[in-house]
Amino acid sequence: MNDTRSPLQTIVIYLGALLILVWSGGPFIWQFSTSFQLDKALTSGSPSLIPDPFTLEHYYNAFVEKELHRYVWNSLVVSLATTFLCLFVGSLAAFALSRLNVKGRFGILMVILSVSMFPQIALVGPLYLVATNLGLLDTYTALIITYLALGLPLVTWVLFGYFETLPREIDEAARMDGVSIPGLLWHIILPMSLPSLVTTGLLAFITAWNEFLFALAFTSNIDRQTIPVGIANFTNLYYVPWGDIAAASAVVTVPLIVLVLFFQRHIIEGLTQGGIKE
Amino acid sequence: MSAAATVPGIGRPRLPGPVWAWLLLTPAFVSLASVSFYPIVNGLYLSLTNTSLITQENEFSGFANYVQLWGDAQFWNAWWHTMWFTAASTILETVIGLGMALILCEAFKGRGLVRAAMLVPWAMPTVVTSKMFGWLFDGQNGIINYILLHAGLIDQNINWYGSPDTAMTTIIIADVWKTTPFMALLLLTGLQTVPNSLIEAARMDGAKGWITFWHIRLPLLMPTLLIAGLFRALDAFRVFDLVYVLTGGGPADSTETLSTLSYKVLFSTLQFGYGSAVSTAMFVTEGIIALVFVLYLMRQIRRAQ
Repeated sequence: MNDTRSPLQTIVIYLGALLILVWSGGPFIWQFSTSFQLDKALTSGSPSLIPDPFTLEHYYNAFVEKELHRYVWNSLVVSLATTFLCLFVGSLAAFALSRLNVKGRFGILMVILSVSMFPQIALVGPLYLVATNLGLLDTYTALIITYLALGLPLVTWVLFGYFETLPREIDEAARMDGVSIPGLLWHIILPMSLPSLVTTGLLAFITAWNEFLFALAFTSNIDRQTIPVGIANFTNLYYVPWGDIAAASAVVTVPLIVLVLFFQRHIIEGLTQGGIKE
Repeated sequence: MSAAATVPGIGRPRLPGPVWAWLLLTPAFVSLASVSFYPIVNGLYLSLTNTSLITQENEFSGFANYVQLWGDAQFWNAWWHTMWFTAASTILETVIGLGMALILCEAFKGRGLVRAAMLVPWAMPTVVTSKMFGWLFDGQNGIINYILLHAGLIDQNINWYGSPDTAMTTIIIADVWKTTPFMALLLLTGLQTVPNSLIEAARMDGAKGWITFWHIRLPLLMPTLLIAGLFRALDAFRVFDLVYVLTGGGPADSTETLSTLSYKVLFSTLQFGYGSAVSTAMFVTEGIIALVFVLYLMRQIRRAQ
């Protein structure tokens, strides 16, 4: 279509692309720059994108005063456990739905999808009572069990979509060779689905890493609180420590951005499969 | 599939296919049943009781909570805010997202970079987004005020989320920032399924750019647009993190939404009965929104056929 484009159209397209780039990257770049600037510079009334003088003070505050690493550790434990559980349970379900002639499988898939649309605030009260009765408040277990159910619908959908693209002849050949049903999943389907497993795993990880509501309700102690709760509570008595908040934001967001950029193609494909299936 | 049970040569006893299927589905069912379905049913029951963690009461009280809810100005205040937030953010995100998708549909240098950058707002934790907008829109040292002031668009600093007049707008801006690029990527994949030959044919017949958009691309994109809009609306309706962290529902309840109100009733006043009534009312409203969307979608699809 390039040859039919007028100069004006070309300008509009590049201008639009630039706007999208600034929109998507601008705010975080400013936040990143803020994390290296002295409080004095931030409140001086003449903001500058280049930190001058450059300081690591806010990173020091975030880790030493606010013990950010403890939240990071909790988040890592909870998110990694959630990711593996989600992949395990999700691939079992997706495999059954895609390969084993389940009656009413589209009904089941629709139910699974609609579950992910339930307002989470309607779940948090009753689950809080259950967690209290079972002594699970302030534990990783409560968060992991909850996040498993939150991540499961998307993981199942995306994996189901991927399994559907694998040719059925493989199943038949394997079964002829006497491979059992779990053997088919474990030795044949899963190894062929690695790209999709990486994407869905990343989606489950991000869901757990970013979740706030349940973490806020179920934990009240830095021993178990995750990053979102930690950052939400980042306040000083007399003023808002914007620099420290920016430093913490950078620490928890940069690794995520790197991961996402690395796997971007798979993510977009995976999500369009799960979110909007025509 | 159950023929597998009779495959010879393997010593282990085999289970027939359907048994395996249900066995493999069980963990997922147990997880969703206990963490999603049970709480909804239990919440419905709680909403018919006067359960409170302070007074330790938990007696059946019929529809008393709902009667109270009907006359509760705070509830309706939050209800309207939630509807306004849902409508405004969904419409803005869909329209701006469509604009972005149309640009990304064209070939230009650096397209990969732009597409990659668009995932940044989506991947960022909402709590971080909320704090980030707190700094960007800070009433005193925020960069947004600085830019607007120096561009001559305003003549004094705006106290964005500190004033009841502009707080909800600030939250909508933050949500639109975070979600629009992702919406655009979803719509882009929809746009790319529109066959190029159709557009080329229209161009041959002398149709201008916006005419091909209006008469070819948009109608073909409509189902994708509506489904994406539905998911976005249902998600926007549950907004919690953004509001809770940025304004906590204030100032003067001007940004209170159903989720933040429910959370406060549940965990600040510990009235689990009344709080459950609020969240059940929310569930019902969300169900109605979904139903309206789905009915409209089905009518569109039927008309297209």
